[in-house]
Amino acid sequence: MIAALAKLASKPWIWSFLGAALVWLAAIAFTAGYGAGGMLTAALSLSVFTVIVGVGQMFVITLGPGNVDLSLPANIGLASAVAMKVMDGDDRMVAVGLAAALASGLCAGVANYLLIWALRIPPIIATLSASFVIQSIDISYGRGLQIKPPPGFADFTNIQILGVPLIAVLTVLFTIGAGIALHRMVYGRSVLAIGQNIRAARLAGLKVEPIRFLTYSICGMLGGLDGALLAGYFRGANVDIGGEYLLASIAVVVIGGTSVAGGKANIPGVWGGALFLVLLLTMLNTFGVSAGVRLLLTGLIIVAVITAAGGQKTTR
Amino acid sequence: MSALAPPAPRQSAGINWRRLARALLPALSLTLVLAAIAWLNPRAISYFGFTLMLNLAVPIALATIAQMFVIAGNDLDLSIGTFVGFVCCVTATWLKDAPLVGAAMLLGCIGVYAALGALIYLRNLPSIVVTLGMSFVWQGLAILLLPKPGGKAPDWLLAIMGVKPPFIPFPILAAVAIAAVSYFGLMRTSYGAILRGSGGNAIAIDRAGWSLLKAKAGLFALTGLFGVLSGMALVGITTSADANIGNGYTLLSIAGVILGGGEFVGGRVSPIGAVIGALTLALAASPLLTFMHIPPDWQVAANGAILVIVLAARVMISQKGRE
Repeated sequence: MIAALAKLASKPWIWSFLGAALVWLAAIAFTAGYGAGGMLTAALSLSVFTVIVGVGQMFVITLGPGNVDLSLPANIGLASAVAMKVMDGDDRMVAVGLAAALASGLCAGVANYLLIWALRIPPIIATLSASFVIQSIDISYGRGLQIKPPPGFADFTNIQILGVPLIAVLTVLFTIGAGIALHRMVYGRSVLAIGQNIRAARLAGLKVEPIRFLTYSICGMLGGLDGALLAGYFRGANVDIGGEYLLASIAVVVIGGTSVAGGKANIPGVWGGALFLVLLLTMLNTFGVSAGVRLLLTGLIIVAVITAAGGQKTTR
Repeated sequence: MSALAPPAPRQSAGINWRRLARALLPALSLTLVLAAIAWLNPRAISYFGFTLMLNLAVPIALATIAQMFVIAGNDLDLSIGTFVGFVCCVTATWLKDAPLVGAAMLLGCIGVYAALGALIYLRNLPSIVVTLGMSFVWQGLAILLLPKPGGKAPDWLLAIMGVKPPFIPFPILAAVAIAAVSYFGLMRTSYGAILRGSGGNAIAIDRAGWSLLKAKAGLFALTGLFGVLSGMALVGITTSADANIGNGYTLLSIAGVILGGGEFVGGRVSPIGAVIGALTLALAASPLLTFMHIPPDWQVAANGAILVIVLAARVMISQKGRE
């Protein structure tokens, strides 16, 4: 029993779930138990959007130091507009719209990788430059877009089974798949190896560049999918719809125990981190604090959590 | 004569040339942007034109130098933008109404930055996440201090930022001064070499007996100091503050450092290049695009394109250097 607990405590993702449970308890203690279940349902729904981009960001960050996708917010915004325009409020076009959003995300991911590869610049700057361009395309393409999502698609993002949102269940299945890809497939093992030592990976004969290309493309596609789902959930596309997912995607990855230095990824932690962030905001909203205090506390808690979790020990 | 000036070692001459080309690239891109502006609108190249166009370059250059110090230590500050915004709010409220309290608050901010550096070193934390968290903290504090845009810059600050020196516009003088101070501080003093070394080869600096803790805290404190200067300069120009005024500075400052020839790892930064990079971005960001009649929708894209073009040029030079 104690050994099992000790083993559990050594898992890096356990802390993010503990944190999520703590803020949830604090919130329902404040409301004296009122709305505890509803809070969880809402948190699961909202976490989905962070988890989807978080998984993409996690694969990118795992590629090694400096790898990060800063173009996600612009990518999500553009994909949401593309999805709404293609679906055009028609239920029969949902699949086509989703495919179009995925394609739009794929284009963003491919553009990111081409900039990194052709210019040999740090991914931070490459994806930043790409995000400027994508944002402009979105502003120009999505100007005055007032299209509502098809009713069937909007309902789909809100279906609940015994209080559990359907998209949350699907996303859990997706993350299990991502976990298998990470730990049991050549692709995931290659990503980890590249993140641990890119030179060694190259010398060991791994196809480093195709793997990096694939990773940025997947991250872009996940951003595109997220944009479509967000537009369905929030009833419409919008340039700023992805704005908060830049910080959120990086934060959940790191809170969840993935190493910023690369080479060490953690899938369950992405869920823990996302639930923690969403429940934290829910808790602060329940307390009825002002926007300034909410931001201040969010920041302080993120810093406190990362300090308590501590950084990875340097391997020498 | 030849005895007094021995010929330079021939071996290094070739390498130096490429290094020179790389070092001159930031200046070259600035010249190109200036030439484009001159061609599109000759009247902009004047004392008055430069004062107007480069007005906002001073706070951007200061923020870029601030970012450069953390990058020199292999870290990244994602909170500099909201920090500049917070400093703006403090300057426009407390520093004007109660100068002593305001000054104490700003000094306290630098202390917070030094403490963050120490925390990041002691707990071996990823700076990206810590500063990400801090960006929420600064923004929250700024909104608490100034929920609505307002406040007023202290008169002495307005006077400083409004100085009209003879012949050379104030922003250019200020940029030269910023570049000179940070260049001599970081590149020409012995402790500056230690600071850069802490990013280049931390183990070597540690074995040589220097405190890495002090170096990290020092680099972050310098970031805080230049962040404070940037916020004060910004309020001196805009005359009032807004909690979101500095948000764009995070990405601008990172882009400025990289445009100026800095690299993310290895303590390799260039203060003069960073200032030039900041000027290039400030000029390219709006005056150039306005003169080119680029519709507002595509101005952001043009910014990205300029970044890509400069970096592509850098790759071409470096590749030639390798062959």
